[in-house]
Amino acid sequence: MNKLSQFTFGALLALGTVTAAQAGTLDDVKKKGFVQCGVSTGLAGFSAPDDKGEYKGLDVDVCKAVAAAVFGDATKVKFTPLTAKERFTALQSGEVDLLSRNTTWTLNRDTAQGLSFAGVTYYDGQGFMVRKSLGVKSAKELDGASICTETGTTTELNLSDYFKSNGLKYTVVALGSNSEAVAAYDSGRCDAYTTDASGLYATRIALAAPDDHMVLPEIISKEPLGPVVRQGDSQWFNVVKWSLFAMVAAEEYGVTAANVDEQKASSANPEVKRLLGAEGEFGTPMGLPNDWAYKIVKQLGNYGEAFDRNVGAGSPLKIDRGINALWNKGGLQYAPPFR
Amino acid sequence: MAKDGAGAGGAPRTSLLYDPAFRSIAFQIVLLVAVLFVGWYLFHNTTQNLASRNIASGFGFLGQPAGFDIIQTLVPYGQSATYGEAFVVALLNTMLISAIGIVLATIIGFIVGIARLSSNWIVARLATVYVETLRNIPLLLQIFFWYFAVLRALPGPKQSLSPFEGMYLNQRGLYMPVPVTEPGFWTIPVALLLGIVGAIAVSAWARKRLMATGKPFHSFWAGLGLIIGLPVLAALATGVPFTFEFPELKGFNFQGGVVLIPEFMAVLFALSLYTASFIAEVVRSGIMAVSKGQTEAAHALGLRQGLTLRLVVIPQALRVMIPPMTSQYLNLLKNSSLGAAVGYPELVAVVAGTVLNQTGQAIEVIALTMAVYLTFSLIISLFMNWYNARKALIER
Amino acid sequence: MTDQSQAHVFTPTPPQPPPANMVGVVGWLRANLFNGWFNSLLTVFSLYLLYLTLPPLVSWAFINATFSGTDRTMCEASPHGACWTFIKMRFNQILFGFYPEGEQWRPIVTFLIGLGGLIGTAFRFAGKRWLVLFMLTGFPIIAFFLLAGGYFGLTEVETAKWGGLTVTLVVSVTGIVASFPIGIMLALGRRSQMPIVRSACVVFIEVVRGVPLISVLFMASVMLPLFLPEGMTFNKLLRALVGVTLFTAAYMAEVVRGGLQAVPKGQYEGAAALGLGYWKMMILIILPQALKLVIPSIVNSFISLFKDTTLVYIVGLFDVLEIIRVSTKDANWIGFEKEGYVFAALMFWVFCFAMSRVSLRIEKRLDTSHRK
Repeated sequence: MNKLSQFTFGALLALGTVTAAQAGTLDDVKKKGFVQCGVSTGLAGFSAPDDKGEYKGLDVDVCKAVAAAVFGDATKVKFTPLTAKERFTALQSGEVDLLSRNTTWTLNRDTAQGLSFAGVTYYDGQGFMVRKSLGVKSAKELDGASICTETGTTTELNLSDYFKSNGLKYTVVALGSNSEAVAAYDSGRCDAYTTDASGLYATRIALAAPDDHMVLPEIISKEPLGPVVRQGDSQWFNVVKWSLFAMVAAEEYGVTAANVDEQKASSANPEVKRLLGAEGEFGTPMGLPNDWAYKIVKQLGNYGEAFDRNVGAGSPLKIDRGINALWNKGGLQYAPPFR
Repeated sequence: MAKDGAGAGGAPRTSLLYDPAFRSIAFQIVLLVAVLFVGWYLFHNTTQNLASRNIASGFGFLGQPAGFDIIQTLVPYGQSATYGEAFVVALLNTMLISAIGIVLATIIGFIVGIARLSSNWIVARLATVYVETLRNIPLLLQIFFWYFAVLRALPGPKQSLSPFEGMYLNQRGLYMPVPVTEPGFWTIPVALLLGIVGAIAVSAWARKRLMATGKPFHSFWAGLGLIIGLPVLAALATGVPFTFEFPELKGFNFQGGVVLIPEFMAVLFALSLYTASFIAEVVRSGIMAVSKGQTEAAHALGLRQGLTLRLVVIPQALRVMIPPMTSQYLNLLKNSSLGAAVGYPELVAVVAGTVLNQTGQAIEVIALTMAVYLTFSLIISLFMNWYNARKALIER
Repeated sequence: MTDQSQAHVFTPTPPQPPPANMVGVVGWLRANLFNGWFNSLLTVFSLYLLYLTLPPLVSWAFINATFSGTDRTMCEASPHGACWTFIKMRFNQILFGFYPEGEQWRPIVTFLIGLGGLIGTAFRFAGKRWLVLFMLTGFPIIAFFLLAGGYFGLTEVETAKWGGLTVTLVVSVTGIVASFPIGIMLALGRRSQMPIVRSACVVFIEVVRGVPLISVLFMASVMLPLFLPEGMTFNKLLRALVGVTLFTAAYMAEVVRGGLQAVPKGQYEGAAALGLGYWKMMILIILPQALKLVIPSIVNSFISLFKDTTLVYIVGLFDVLEIIRVSTKDANWIGFEKEGYVFAALMFWVFCFAMSRVSLRIEKRLDTSHRK
């Protein structure tokens, strides 16, 4: 009797896009001609669709950098918006090749959930946003407050840790998505809203009256956010990791989108020559062309440019570089040598 | 359907292929093999995927500390609570909202259903508008409406509405006083229990006397007196062994008392109003299924409208109503899972949401969630079947 | 004498008109609103309720509402009225999501074909079998190619760009059409004499009916990828469709089973006596009768599926409700939730109410019984 339903099942299987991932992600990506990248459903500055439906942001630029490295063309990337809940399954099942969705690097995720973090795009920390009218100047004054947050993230766990270790009482209102948590906070359900500090700034400018709200000074956790790939594919892991490093290194050596051609042709610095593929064969072992880093910087600029454009001084968010500055400028961004 | 008779009388002349019995068995074997194969295929893929992706499996995670908080807990849920305890808390929250929702929806549904049949033109129209409006709008939308649109209209904690002394309504919920027990409190529940037992006994006696002698006895009022009176007497005798703890505005929010969180209220309103619109239709069709002769006969006997409904029409209508009512109750239970959309910490929100995210063990978590709903559905079905059998017409 | 006999002839006095308070407006009021103290009380209470709700509603939705302008400034000038400008500006997205503007004629044409077919089916069902056949087979194929494109010179539109009413209709129509054959198979299986077939069908139907749709969709979104061989992935929309279809199929099976049970036993015996095999009996004799009986229930299933499509936000699709919710979170329009929800409610209401009326109409049309 069930024959028909099984036929249907078979037909549906046939309809599903089948890609043989066993062969290695890089080969798959090359074969299909684009990078499928998992991004957030909407976080201004990191990944959010603009009014034309095009994704923009720092996380998005990481995806584009990988596409530029692989294809020499930063536009050969397709985006899959994912909620916090479905992001890991989507990556593990091969639905996306790369997850670049403000995801915190933790021990458990790196080891027990089949994920590999390929680096850190943004060093973040969890903070709180409150209404100015509340008259609160520090998170320690939030005793008895009700706090809105998104469920299924490390935020929920940090929140619990912080209030318990400080002996404070609170009620948590955990909503299904970030935008719902913001909507609940905005409607007055909660005294405070908590997420990563970058997210707080991004959220604040999206509120109707940003000046009525303030971000509290405390940062209660370490949140290194970065791109994630599936475990067990070191070639693809390297491509993603070094695409990110290339952007950081380019900033360190003063290579920008504007001067990259000139630098490639005439730079005296051997490190820059190696980076841009003018010297040596550093792309081949990764399965990439030798000018892979040149293509990244040419199309997307270096890390500093991407930061400024999306979240920094050149964006509505106006976030300080802070610990995201280069290592030689007092920050944490550091690329291993290109040799 | 009928697969017999082929081999009857004499040797089968047709080939085995045309033998219905053989075909039936062969077909079933094929189906079984296909089902087993698909099952094995999925199982094989899953184990392979889990292994290659280095994902843990098994239910061991239930014993690990959860590390997150839940806004509404009916049982203590402390600092070092495990995922297992979070599961229990979520389960109880689902049960709470479903139970209260079923009671409320039944009451509203009955009122609206009867109102639709009212001879009062305006009441009947209003009831019709209620039913046609609410049942044609998705429940999720109604939940969002109550939570996001209505909540926005409520005042903040400092400007709380206070309909009664000690009761406050604001964006953080409805705060109410809660009794705090003192020594000697045990007498009150005991008295209540005695009152209930007494009321049942009186009603049984009254029915027996009515059957035997035809003399009615208003056991309802006597029973009510027992149920309310005995605990009151006990309380007075022991010197009122409890006090009320009133909610107080401390810092940002009210502390103390008991609070109904907005998530709970929004989901409860939406669930019970929505389901009530379906129950109203069940009630209406149930009542209309009772033949008009019954009503006319009751009127002829001199029963007033209210008594006719209560003693003649509804008991008969109940028989028609029970099966569809059961499915409405089941729907309400399953729909309570939509509470996840506004952060009410029920099963889907906590287990299939937070726990799933923190552990990454999708299969175990979803299986657990589904098993709970299946069990509940089964229990409600069994109970309603039992009730149906009890209420069924006993033909003599 | 004759004169006198004439005088004795009985002439009835003409009937008196009914008392003034039993006819006309007053009489109607007395009969329908004020018969007895209880009813009078109810009437007064209802009127009070209407007084409390209706005037503010009308003033919010119409009198004080803003219809003009292109941004929130006009709306802020009239804070006590609805801001329909918001809906006006977002209307295109509510209908099509992010479907490219130049291609939006495609969903419109699909919708019109579907609507035409539906009206045709609803109003002249009996004579037009081919129409039904077309709606069940040809239409989905045409709709697929029109909407997705990629063939016949139509540019491809990724399903990620579909949204709004388009997705709501695609999910609900596909769900109901695809679940129909599966539901029939399951219903036949459940009534089959073969124990393995029967139990497989019973288990499937009861398990699916026992769990909420939200968990089925969860399963489709987070568990399905684990069940499939590595690297095989589904489009999100397809995933939602599979979940919704399997879920609806279980309900459909119960609806069809109801119809099968309602067909008199004589029909089965008659068919068997004519020497028809199982499939011929079912297709020619039983199913046509059974399905006719349950058409109203199928429409009701469709209505509830249509409402349930709001849950596809779980797998990340933008249906009508979700696209409106996303719009209310846009910085330019934040704070207009009420308008968004009221409008979404109105849209769903219009569709569901219309369908329930269609269902009543079909029920009347198909009522070929000889009952009076």
